[in-house]
Amino acid sequence: MRRLAPSAEEKAARAGLWALTLITVAVLCFIILFILRRGLPVLSFEFLTANPVDMGKAGGIFSTVVGTVALTVLAVLIAAPLGVGTAIYLTEYTWGGPVTRIIRFGAECLAGIPSIIFGLFGFILFVTKLKFGWSILSGGLTLAFMLLPTIIRTSEEAIKSVPPEYRKVSFSLGSTKWQTVTRVVLPSALPGIVTGIVLSIGRSIGETAATIFTAGSALRLPTSLFSSSRTMAVHFYILAREGISMPNAYGTAAILIIAILGINLLTYFLMNRFIRKYS
Amino acid sequence: MAIIEVRDLDFFYGKFQALKKINLDIERNRITALIGPSGCGKTTFLRTLDRMADLIDGVSVTGRILIDGRDIYAPGTDLLALRKKVGMVFQRPNPFPLSVYDNVVYGLRVHGLRDPRALEARLIRSLEAVHLWDELKSRLDENALRLSGEQQQRLCIARLLAVEPEILLMDEPCSALDLAATAAIEDLMAELKKRYTIVIVTHNMQQAARVSDVTGYFLLGELVEIGETRRVFTAPRDPRTEDYITGRFG
Repeated sequence: MRRLAPSAEEKAARAGLWALTLITVAVLCFIILFILRRGLPVLSFEFLTANPVDMGKAGGIFSTVVGTVALTVLAVLIAAPLGVGTAIYLTEYTWGGPVTRIIRFGAECLAGIPSIIFGLFGFILFVTKLKFGWSILSGGLTLAFMLLPTIIRTSEEAIKSVPPEYRKVSFSLGSTKWQTVTRVVLPSALPGIVTGIVLSIGRSIGETAATIFTAGSALRLPTSLFSSSRTMAVHFYILAREGISMPNAYGTAAILIIAILGINLLTYFLMNRFIRKYS
Repeated sequence: MAIIEVRDLDFFYGKFQALKKINLDIERNRITALIGPSGCGKTTFLRTLDRMADLIDGVSVTGRILIDGRDIYAPGTDLLALRKKVGMVFQRPNPFPLSVYDNVVYGLRVHGLRDPRALEARLIRSLEAVHLWDELKSRLDENALRLSGEQQQRLCIARLLAVEPEILLMDEPCSALDLAATAAIEDLMAELKKRYTIVIVTHNMQQAARVSDVTGYFLLGELVEIGETRRVFTAPRDPRTEDYITGRFG
């Protein structure tokens, strides 16, 4: 076969890549429209603010929204400091010796474990062994473990991308390592770190397998860390699987999708402002 | 009396010996230029003076460096205090991605100065010393990365002067600047030497001849020759120095 002329090849590549991008965007749009077309008609103020009635056949999804928010907030509050702290230690405080490599390898492996395994682990450790029961606490802890590798890895990448000159200058002015990390490295790495945290918020909002075993699926409004609670994603799963109410399932899915899009847009907007201020 | 005395300094990166038996004295309020081809050890030597060279894993240092009569390689040396006293200006201007104000007061805050009035006073004094105050007094909140290359390098010097060092180490401070900016920074150095001791590493022999009082020539980790700049450039004692400054080598 004859090779294409470079200019023709360039044109073909451009068209090909454009088509691939288009497919990606089309798939995303299709999913969103598919859900929204079926879900939007169900949505109303009441759907958001009323508790489910009759297993979710009627009423709204308020208690599952509260459960989802509580689980996510708890998970991120636990995972973010742990993950960012680990990332700082790995990148700034070690020479990259065998211990660092083992920790990093461990985090990578953790990232590859299916979420249902985390669910099972959380069930055995938190629900039964530590007797937290099916609760927001058990679910939040389990989710936190699941999010850790993502947060560690994205934070590490963000911290590594901070130019080494900044550290050198900071040391040469007589700063300690900690001062350098908190005053120079972290502010520069913040957009990357926040992106990682937002990704993990998205993941925990949409998680089912890890939470159904640990937070349970109670439909009552949770009142404490020890209440069992159903998340929106689990609610959707149960409504659809048990055939309780497909319209309400799509309504729940629509809320989930809108929430995740909203969080991503908000972060994008905030980060843009932040980046403009700092560079 | 010499402010810096170096005695039998050996420096190794792993097995590679980057500095061999360096002995020299650096006098107060003078500009000492270190010249030599790339990889000759002059930058490594500069970094031994504020102990930045041994931040890297696998280096070893023997010999002594006395600053104000105290051995900075003695165990228990306060590195933070040392680096406050001995500051570094780097090859490329490297302001933090912060405002002009935050850049200049960075070192002061790190050393615990909080009072806004005191910070402001030092800020003004430092920016005036590098002739940036008039240009920047209305732009203190602007991000320092928006300044020109020369302004950035002056700002980096101001950031350093703010912590009131005694010794300024300069690692090819003009290599990223154009001719006019280089001339301006050289004028600044001539002014600064009234109050500070300056050690500058440069590739540029004309620069060494123009600005320095004393010149040292490094080759392959050895200090081949050091003396009054005019003498070194007009009557080098070592044939290797002569080869280098006459352009036969390097």
